[in-house]
Amino acid sequence: MTSPTTMQNSQVQNTQKKYSPLKEFWKSFKKQKAALVASIFIVLLIVVAFIGPYIAPYDPFEPNYDALLEGPSASHLAGTDEYGRDIFSRLIVGAKISLMVSFSAVFLGLILGTILGLISGYFGGWIDKIIMRSCDVLFSFPDLLLAIAIVALLGPGINNVIIAVMIFSVPSFARLVRGATLNAKENVYVEAAQSMGASHVRVLWKHIFPETISELIIFVTMRIGTAILAASGLSFLGLGASPEMPEWGVMLSSGRDYLGTSSHVVIMPGIAIFLTVLAFNLIGDGLRDVLDPKIKNN
Amino acid sequence: MWKYIARRTVEMIPILIVISILTFLFIHFIPGDPARLVAGKDATLEDVENVRHELGLDKPILKQYVDYMKNLVTGELGTSLTTGLPVIDMFKTRFMPSLHLTFLSMFWATLMGLVIGVVSAINKNKWPDYFGMVTAVSGISIPGFWLGLLLIQLFSVQLGLFPTGGLDGFSSYILPSLTLGAGIMSMIARFTRSSMLETLQADFIRTGRAKGLKEHSVIVTHALRNSLISVVTVAGLQFGFLLGGSVVVETVFSFPGMGRLLIDSIAFRDYPVIQSALLLFAFEFILVNLIVDVLYTVLNPKIQLNS
Repeated sequence: MTSPTTMQNSQVQNTQKKYSPLKEFWKSFKKQKAALVASIFIVLLIVVAFIGPYIAPYDPFEPNYDALLEGPSASHLAGTDEYGRDIFSRLIVGAKISLMVSFSAVFLGLILGTILGLISGYFGGWIDKIIMRSCDVLFSFPDLLLAIAIVALLGPGINNVIIAVMIFSVPSFARLVRGATLNAKENVYVEAAQSMGASHVRVLWKHIFPETISELIIFVTMRIGTAILAASGLSFLGLGASPEMPEWGVMLSSGRDYLGTSSHVVIMPGIAIFLTVLAFNLIGDGLRDVLDPKIKNN
Repeated sequence: MWKYIARRTVEMIPILIVISILTFLFIHFIPGDPARLVAGKDATLEDVENVRHELGLDKPILKQYVDYMKNLVTGELGTSLTTGLPVIDMFKTRFMPSLHLTFLSMFWATLMGLVIGVVSAINKNKWPDYFGMVTAVSGISIPGFWLGLLLIQLFSVQLGLFPTGGLDGFSSYILPSLTLGAGIMSMIARFTRSSMLETLQADFIRTGRAKGLKEHSVIVTHALRNSLISVVTVAGLQFGFLLGGSVVVETVFSFPGMGRLLIDSIAFRDYPVIQSALLLFAFEFILVNLIVDVLYTVLNPKIQLNS
């Protein structure tokens, strides 16, 4: 015969088993319609970026001098460019470059910024001062200008764009994580872990870092949009990808001479950048509504 | 108040010194031999040495920095390698158009952002709110260089209302300022909306309505006025966004400002101009942030200056 206490315990265990933070998150996130649509768009875009070269209807690099600057049609969905290359195929292949540049720049910035922010907030003192003053110096240059300065220094090229966008992302991540760390380290469980002799690395990784994750997720999403704009802006200025690459900013820049006669050459890559950045911003907004405790409580 | 301004100004000095060191070292960070890069691939060894001497790179590094600082203090920013003109003279013709463009962008962006934000807040979850917020999120997501090209195509090429580029009177500022201000307008609109929604819940608004004040008076005189302090601060702090954006927008519109000068100098590896332009941008940004900080404390009586 089962005692009432045992039954209660098993009920509690069942309830505990049923609770999943991921399920809770999904329940709230799917109510954010715009963010949900944006997420589907981004997932599709990532799939397209991976399988792009296999599904592109034309060779994105192959010129076709019989089809120069043709408008959108059934055979060329987004028209052709000044060399007769299919713009739709170039957009598909270019998705990989644009996403790769922004993802790598933001994730490298995230890793470096998070480490600096955790160290700064946790240890305080002179380490904190040095890290934060260095961030202040980087903050003294507007984002895009800092990126331009770095590319001017290192020379044009896609890898240098990644480095430039990464560097301007680092101070923002560092400041955000430092703030979250300062809050988290006041928790009793952190003190308990420290008094039990846990190493600094263990305390930071196991107890403090998880507290910063929700803020980081929101910020990373927003930052990817900014990175796409910055990277395509640098390419537009001739400081990013090389002119023959199907990078969206480059496509827009090379098409600007034909704006008066064949505006689709400029409009199509612009739409691709705009929709992608919009999608990341909408996801960021949605995530903030779901994850930010201040907004949630309101 | 003056004590506070003095303290904040003194706090700026170490950052300015570090920035001056960074911009000074800019030329030394360049991978390879900067003198060889400036002189070009086909230059003879003698040409390279001449360039090295011209740039002062043959002196000990500390001496170079001391000379650089001395020149900075006296307003001597060196000579452009491409035009042969003093850099300060080039800045004199380029700085004011850029400044006018930035302020005009900020003016209309703040005005439109406030209007959209207030209209959205007082019509929460109705179509003006949806329309306003769709405009705002689009404004943040739209690439400035693309918006600029679309505006040129529509208003200059098709309708012939404004010049396609260059600087020829006030009309040359309209399209570039609309392009540059779009992002800030969107941020201000979003911030005004959330700030107004918060203020409209406050007790003093309920009291105002209870004592029979007209809705117009409640919104404009009480709610908006209260939200304005933080909105203006946010607008000021976005100034850096305008400075960065101006580089792109000036390139799209062939606008003869500081941003265009910077990009042209990068293309021609005109390092004295690049160094000084970066320094000027950073100084302008820090100065505006200081002014915004001081204004915020002046406008907001809740902030204690000594704290």
